Amino acid sequence: MNIVVCVKHVPDSTADRHFEDDLTVDRVGVDGLLSELDEYAVEQALQLKEKAGDDTTVTALCVGPEKAVDAVRKALQMGVDKGVLVSDEAIAGSDYIATSLVLAKAVEKIGAESRVDLVMCGMASTDAAGSVVPAMLAERLGLPQVTMASVVEAQGDQVRIKRDGDAATEVVGATMPLVMSVTDQSGEARYPSFKGIMAAKKKPMATYSLADLGVDPGQVGLSVAWTVVEDATARPPRSAGEIVKDEDGSGATALTEFLAAKKFI
Amino acid sequence: MSEVLVLVDHVDGAVKKPTYELLTIAARLGEPSAVYIGGAEKADAVAGAVSRYGAQKVYVVDDAEIKGYLVAPKAEALQQLVERTSPAAVLLPSSLEGKEVAARLAIKIESGLITDAVDVRAGDGGPVTTQSVFAGSYSVTAKVTRGTPIITVKPNSAAPEEAEGAATVEPVTVTVSDAAKGAQIVASQPRQASGRPELTEAAIVVSGGRGTGGDFQGVEGLADALGAAVGASRAAVDSGWKPHTFQVGQTGKTVSPQLYVANGISGAIQHRAGMQTSKTIVAVNKDDEAPIFELVDFGVVGDLHAVLPAATEQINARK
Repeated sequence: MNIVVCVKHVPDSTADRHFEDDLTVDRVGVDGLLSELDEYAVEQALQLKEKAGDDTTVTALCVGPEKAVDAVRKALQMGVDKGVLVSDEAIAGSDYIATSLVLAKAVEKIGAESRVDLVMCGMASTDAAGSVVPAMLAERLGLPQVTMASVVEAQGDQVRIKRDGDAATEVVGATMPLVMSVTDQSGEARYPSFKGIMAAKKKPMATYSLADLGVDPGQVGLSVAWTVVEDATARPPRSAGEIVKDEDGSGATALTEFLAAKKFI
Repeated sequence: MSEVLVLVDHVDGAVKKPTYELLTIAARLGEPSAVYIGGAEKADAVAGAVSRYGAQKVYVVDDAEIKGYLVAPKAEALQQLVERTSPAAVLLPSSLEGKEVAARLAIKIESGLITDAVDVRAGDGGPVTTQSVFAGSYSVTAKVTRGTPIITVKPNSAAPEEAEGAATVEPVTVTVSDAAKGAQIVASQPRQASGRPELTEAAIVVSGGRGTGGDFQGVEGLADALGAAVGASRAAVDSGWKPHTFQVGQTGKTVSPQLYVANGISGAIQHRAGMQTSKTIVAVNKDDEAPIFELVDFGVVGDLHAVLPAATEQINARK
């Protein structure tokens, strides 16, 4: 099998995330890391490889600024075989639409020699959190999508996943090639071992520009995005409310009074 | 006035509340038209429901041929409707399915997509959306600059306003490609009805975390006294105390109710991302240094196993 895992380099969600003057997310001035939710996709890709026990190749694919290579490196340390970073100044400020275009072209390039059977993604990025890129990628590649998997099974080219849908728990079946996304319920992601960290340094790592992928720079980036952010304002911190200490049932009474005063009762 | 297409959120023809919120928003932007993709035999019932919230037309796409396939056929159906009606915008619920249908539609019709809007209003040159980002710490306004604006809207983003609509039923025949039938639901277990409101749609949510120690009786008792949905933190879900469908937070549900009551929940960023935009926040926690207290309008430092049953009793006595 030929598996590509999409990994995103995101600002650390515990850091002070903010916007640049052009209202794009500051991706350089804030500590970044592999989006936690993509680690689950890496884990599932590695498990599929281990279960197949064959010459399955797992490639980590990232689109981002140069420092985003850290996300690819983490995936290599966890155990993927190859890394690809697509980096080009023209990509900065791209929306979902352009990001999915660049990812699709990169998947096509990776699959030029041998077909990509499975494109795996996390359930969402921890910054934009849109959860739409896997579906867009599937649309662009003309593939089916099986998304939000909490359990993943593959048998030959048949894939079955379990997902907690909007109204039901579902089992979804599809035939490779396809695009999949997995949730944080799919299984704890492994930590890189010392051996894995050392081995990662020798693994193949390619960096592509837009030209390498045959993407016209005029199709991507902030200036041609199909959406525009007009304003981003920090939400005023919630002013500290009233805190009472419960003593002999006083807390319950105070709570009831508060709810009644706010007309929730 | 141009039409605004609203994808009806329903379970087997039973229309869900977010649909009415979307119709209310659609009326700000143009003339609301409901798009119902489902069993044709339920079309009249759906039309009756959406007529009360201002739907002028109801496009009915019979799903007999496409039922059980994920997302892609619905995107193709919407694409054909967009081409036919040239709407001012397409509104979808910010559900799993709604967002993915929107994603495929955006690529198909080469239009910009905005996800998870918490407000939408008419502006010069198209709808202006508000989104809450970075775990609720920023508020962002944005608009679509290309094609037909496609917007997914979070539940509870508008109060449904009743308005009479003609709700003229128009059956629509769509052609669905074989390629769109690549992912099929092979088994489905409907969520068991709890008798409580649905988590993302509820006006009040009462949640429990690690501090419950796995005993949700107090949380559920208070929830029922308030007519609320029950939620859980990731810690409670990871401990196996509640299924994942109860999880509020970054990797669970995002809720924005009128009242959110967090019990035994410390308030880590992962949880805050899912509830920080709640209108009123209340917390009960033994630890007076829990970060959740930085967010609250009202907090009780105390043992939830004592506070919740006592408060529940008092609330029930007042009713």
